[in-house]
Amino acid sequence: MPETKTMTQPMISINGLQKTYGSGFEALKNVDLTIEKGEILALLGPNGAGKTTLISTICGISVPTGGSIAVGGHDIITESGKTRRLIGLVPQEITLEPFETVLATVRFSRGLFGLGPNPALLEDILKRLSLWDKKDTKTKELSGGMKRRVLIAKALAHEPQVLFLDEPTAGVDVELRKDMWGVVRDLKEAGVTVILTTHYIEEAEAIADRVAIISSGRILLVDEKSQLIERMGKRSLTIDFDRSLDALPDSLAGYGLTQSQDGTSATYTYDTRAERTGIGALLRDVNAAGLSVRDIHTAQSSLEEIFVSLVEEDANAQSRAGKGEAA
Amino acid sequence: MINLHAIGAIFYYEMARAVRTALQSIISPVLSTSLYFVVFGAAIGSRIESVEGVSYGAFIVPGLIMLTVMTQGITNAAFGIYFPKFIGSIYELLSAPVGVVEVVAGYVGAAATKSLIIGVIILITATFFIDIQIAHPVAMVVLLITICFAFSLFGFIIGIWAQSFEQLQLVPLLIITPLVFLGGSFYSITMLPPVWQTISLFNPVVYLISAFRWSFFGTADVAIGISLAAIALFTAVCIGIIWWIFKSGTRLKS
Repeated sequence: MPETKTMTQPMISINGLQKTYGSGFEALKNVDLTIEKGEILALLGPNGAGKTTLISTICGISVPTGGSIAVGGHDIITESGKTRRLIGLVPQEITLEPFETVLATVRFSRGLFGLGPNPALLEDILKRLSLWDKKDTKTKELSGGMKRRVLIAKALAHEPQVLFLDEPTAGVDVELRKDMWGVVRDLKEAGVTVILTTHYIEEAEAIADRVAIISSGRILLVDEKSQLIERMGKRSLTIDFDRSLDALPDSLAGYGLTQSQDGTSATYTYDTRAERTGIGALLRDVNAAGLSVRDIHTAQSSLEEIFVSLVEEDANAQSRAGKGEAA
Repeated sequence: MINLHAIGAIFYYEMARAVRTALQSIISPVLSTSLYFVVFGAAIGSRIESVEGVSYGAFIVPGLIMLTVMTQGITNAAFGIYFPKFIGSIYELLSAPVGVVEVVAGYVGAAATKSLIIGVIILITATFFIDIQIAHPVAMVVLLITICFAFSLFGFIIGIWAQSFEQLQLVPLLIITPLVFLGGSFYSITMLPPVWQTISLFNPVVYLISAFRWSFFGTADVAIGISLAAIALFTAVCIGIIWWIFKSGTRLKS
């Protein structure tokens, strides 16, 4: 098992990565990304953003057309043997030999990555993924969720230090999804670096340490999940009144309040980054207007809202740039 | 450093599939070859005089073995690499620490082994129908192994090239079978008119069958040295193409 060169360097270092297909389509545009050892990074992006291309390129399935990638301090082109031993990949599509048994296909994966038999380890992996009682079952006889677990077991069979999960819980029921989150957390505790792509924002919110947002082949943002929400999130303050109001008083017009349909509450949205949020003034004006407040509560913008907002901003910026060029 | 565990894993995986599909892999070619012996060897062969001093039934044995091992080598190797492409599990091979040596040794080695086993079974089957003397047994074994390997290499290239099951069948069906039939499997090319003898020399399979027949009977249509050179050239070209495929990623990587 190859070791990372030093303990302090990043587990994955991507510099100026470019991938242009033969058709001329630019799937990755000058991507820079650093992933630390032992962290869980969620890669979010719309369909066709370049998530799978990025993963495929790091894993050696796709050939980069520019830039460099190092895994564990080793270049993926010149030291591919070392980097590939460090990486486990769970693909987006369920791709299993249908007539092979669970244990046989996991055993094959371990051998393929250059490791000798280790029945105890494979038993442990299959037990952790609730697959042990299915070890002699042909993969074609398994449910979709079970097949996804088999793919994870195959990726873990050679004890990787980096695990890529490409849409690991797509089409998986809620219970199984939470089981998989548990497996990912266990891997993190064991020191494995996990990179997952997902459409489920709640998945990123639940398990990721950091979030990278990719759109049109460019990384728009990388940040700690909590800091991202804190830094970019909008917070809303909802004031519940003790009665239904036909309309809000004119004195509150400057706050941009949104009144609920039944007229019993109003929501004020503010930026957490702003020096003055305006909450104090709002509450004073509510009081001055003679409105009785029954309750006040706040809510944080979800990662999904941040994600959608960023991608839309990027799309608009590109559209404007395109129009500028055309003009 | 060569990844021996990977070679073992691929080889075992492919051989396990042959065992799972034993009926198709082993029994089917043995049955069809037996039918050839019955039809060409016993029924028609009894009415044909000996060819180059050898009874017709014995004369066709090397050709029949060649026909089967070439077809099997190509089919097994082509399917072995095409199927992971078809179902998508090729991602694992492409992301594993394996190179051309491991992949070829695993897939081509397994396909060649399967062909070899079938070739030996056909040889044993032939002894039930006719009396066979092998003039150069060591050369026969070496040639059989080499040809199994060479055509498995060729099949491996077809498997990488093919993008559909139709394409997978195309080359064995439209090219290899006619070449083997017209390559002297059931006759000596010296029996042909001079023009067709010359044309036959452009058929690479002529050299393989001629060399293999020489190992059985000590006589050949083409000088053994030329045949060996042709086999070596064919093998080298196949290896060269596979090396280039892996270096460039053609039809494997995006």
